[in-house]
Amino acid sequence: MSIIYDGNKDEVQFKSAISETIKNLLDNDKTVVYLDSDLSSCIGCNKLINEYDRAINCGIAEANMAGIAGGLSSGGMKPIIHTFGPFASRRCYDQIFLSGGYAGNSITIIGTDPGVTAAFNGGTHMPFEDTGLYRLIPGAIICDVTDIAMLKCLMTKSINHKGIKYFRVPRKDSYKVYSNDTDFEFGKGKIIKELGTDGLIIASGIMVYEAMKAAEELANKNFKVTVIDPVTIKPLDEELIKQYALKCKKIIVAENHNKIGGLVSAVKELLCGQNVKVSHVAVEDKFGEVGPQNYLQEQFGLTSKEIVSKMISL
Amino acid sequence: MNKKEMEIFAQKIRVATIECIASRGFGHVGGSLSISDLLAVLYGEVMNVSPEKKDDPNRDKLVCSKGHAGPAIYATLALKGFFPYEKLFTLNQPGTTLPSHCDKNKTEGVDMTTGSLGQGTSLAVGLALADKLSNRNAKTYLIVGDGEQDEGQVWEAASFTAAKNITNLIWIIDWNKKQLDGYNKDILDPQNLEEKFKSFGFDAITVNGHNVEEIYNALTNLKKNKPRAIILDTVKGHGLKEVEETFSNHSMTVGKEVWDKWIKILKDELTSMGGAM
Ligand SMILES: Cc1ncc(C[n+]2csc(CCOP(=O)(O)OP(=O)(O)O)c2C)c(N)n1
Repeated sequence: MSIIYDGNKDEVQFKSAISETIKNLLDNDKTVVYLDSDLSSCIGCNKLINEYDRAINCGIAEANMAGIAGGLSSGGMKPIIHTFGPFASRRCYDQIFLSGGYAGNSITIIGTDPGVTAAFNGGTHMPFEDTGLYRLIPGAIICDVTDIAMLKCLMTKSINHKGIKYFRVPRKDSYKVYSNDTDFEFGKGKIIKELGTDGLIIASGIMVYEAMKAAEELANKNFKVTVIDPVTIKPLDEELIKQYALKCKKIIVAENHNKIGGLVSAVKELLCGQNVKVSHVAVEDKFGEVGPQNYLQEQFGLTSKEIVSKMISL
Repeated sequence: MNKKEMEIFAQKIRVATIECIASRGFGHVGGSLSISDLLAVLYGEVMNVSPEKKDDPNRDKLVCSKGHAGPAIYATLALKGFFPYEKLFTLNQPGTTLPSHCDKNKTEGVDMTTGSLGQGTSLAVGLALADKLSNRNAKTYLIVGDGEQDEGQVWEAASFTAAKNITNLIWIIDWNKKQLDGYNKDILDPQNLEEKFKSFGFDAITVNGHNVEEIYNALTNLKKNKPRAIILDTVKGHGLKEVEETFSNHSMTVGKEVWDKWIKILKDELTSMGGAM
């Protein structure tokens, strides 16, 4: 593994990586089934529906799709389901919780357009609570995907991993953070920048890019930080986070999600009672709204600038 | 409005819808255009609604459950004087009050917040029920997408409407045969929508959704003592041949020249009808 982040966009968008991975999974394992709910063309998977009996459009019926996935799992298949994040969490929550988790079924769920990446679809389509909901499902795995290398590796691993596995993935821009040969594991975080122990930034998803920028900006002010990508928010790499938190003492947790329920909560729960200071760069208790992603990041304070100023004032 | 006036109003709605979406460069063209004639009949003649009456609890309400047709609703409301026409050009701009999906807390004249498909149906039942329980003589008009009816919630709301005999709620299905990924019949065949509603206990009818007279008659002639459903036989992208013929015409991104061309086509048509913006 090497960290190859240089601030440049990947030439590949997330959606092509999602469709390529699903196609490979369908080809390599005859028990894999891909279900979508009228958003297959949004991730380039409409072709798969014509090509494979095991790629099925369920129509705009997310709860039914999640229930069918549970049944498919009971029947020995390995379902992958996709829809936008709010519909992959809130809209089918009880079906994922009971027909999935509680019933002991295994489902890989892809929720696209996390948080502000829902941009022009606006508040109804902008999940700031999906991670929180999934954290409340016992044993669930949650990955706020950072880049395409992580997506491909963990989606592939998820297929043979029992239980509920939730991936929140943007559809469009990806920035390369990890080299293609990087191996990822559920519950194993990664140190992606280690300049010093003046502070620690723990960031997931699109906030990893902001954290990398913030670390450079802080270094210019002679404030040397370490950056950790938790890779999975659940299970959380408690050992790694605790070890660095105790060394660095000042911690900023950054995520494209409500400050309640997600990574921020998970880290604060872990470090409660420790001799450290923790603050966050996340969405305050607010609903989403419409607009360009960069405007929304400013609006909700999801920027490197915000990380820098919060770290300095901690 | 007479027939001619409603037709002209519908054409003006199409012009305003495309001008609105063109200002952002992309948006939900197909499903906005398919309800333009319906909106002309509702806001031009049938519904008891106007900017002056916006706080009157006895006025009629509209729930566009296929919330992504926001631009068509905004176009209609601007033409009805709920807000200045220029506001249409703020669609999806930072800080806008005209988001992709209808939002009653943001936009003057919008009666319900929608965007998560299916949910507008139950909300409309609730609105109508509130009028009924308060003895208000108001109607609620509900627009549902044909793809949207994939959602189970739609049928839960339909069951309730029929079982509780909610007669001040008029269901209107925009049967434009398409949803996001393509044709309904290839995705989840809705079978016969009129028969489905009838089997639930509705008085239901299918009419040409681009004929204002047929729409008007359907809205006024169905049995008043039964829940009512109108299936509008429409074309996704109606009014712009090029859009109608594009397979993926749900959300479209095209260059400025194309938007300008489409606006000109629609305006020329309006002129030939004897109308003007
Ligand atoms: C619950 C939910 N799932 C998915 C979507 C994404 N989506 C928006 S519009 C659309 C297709 C709607 O099709 P239809 O109801 O037929 O509308 P029309 O073709 O008239 O535009 C989809 C899947 C959504 N808005 N809400």
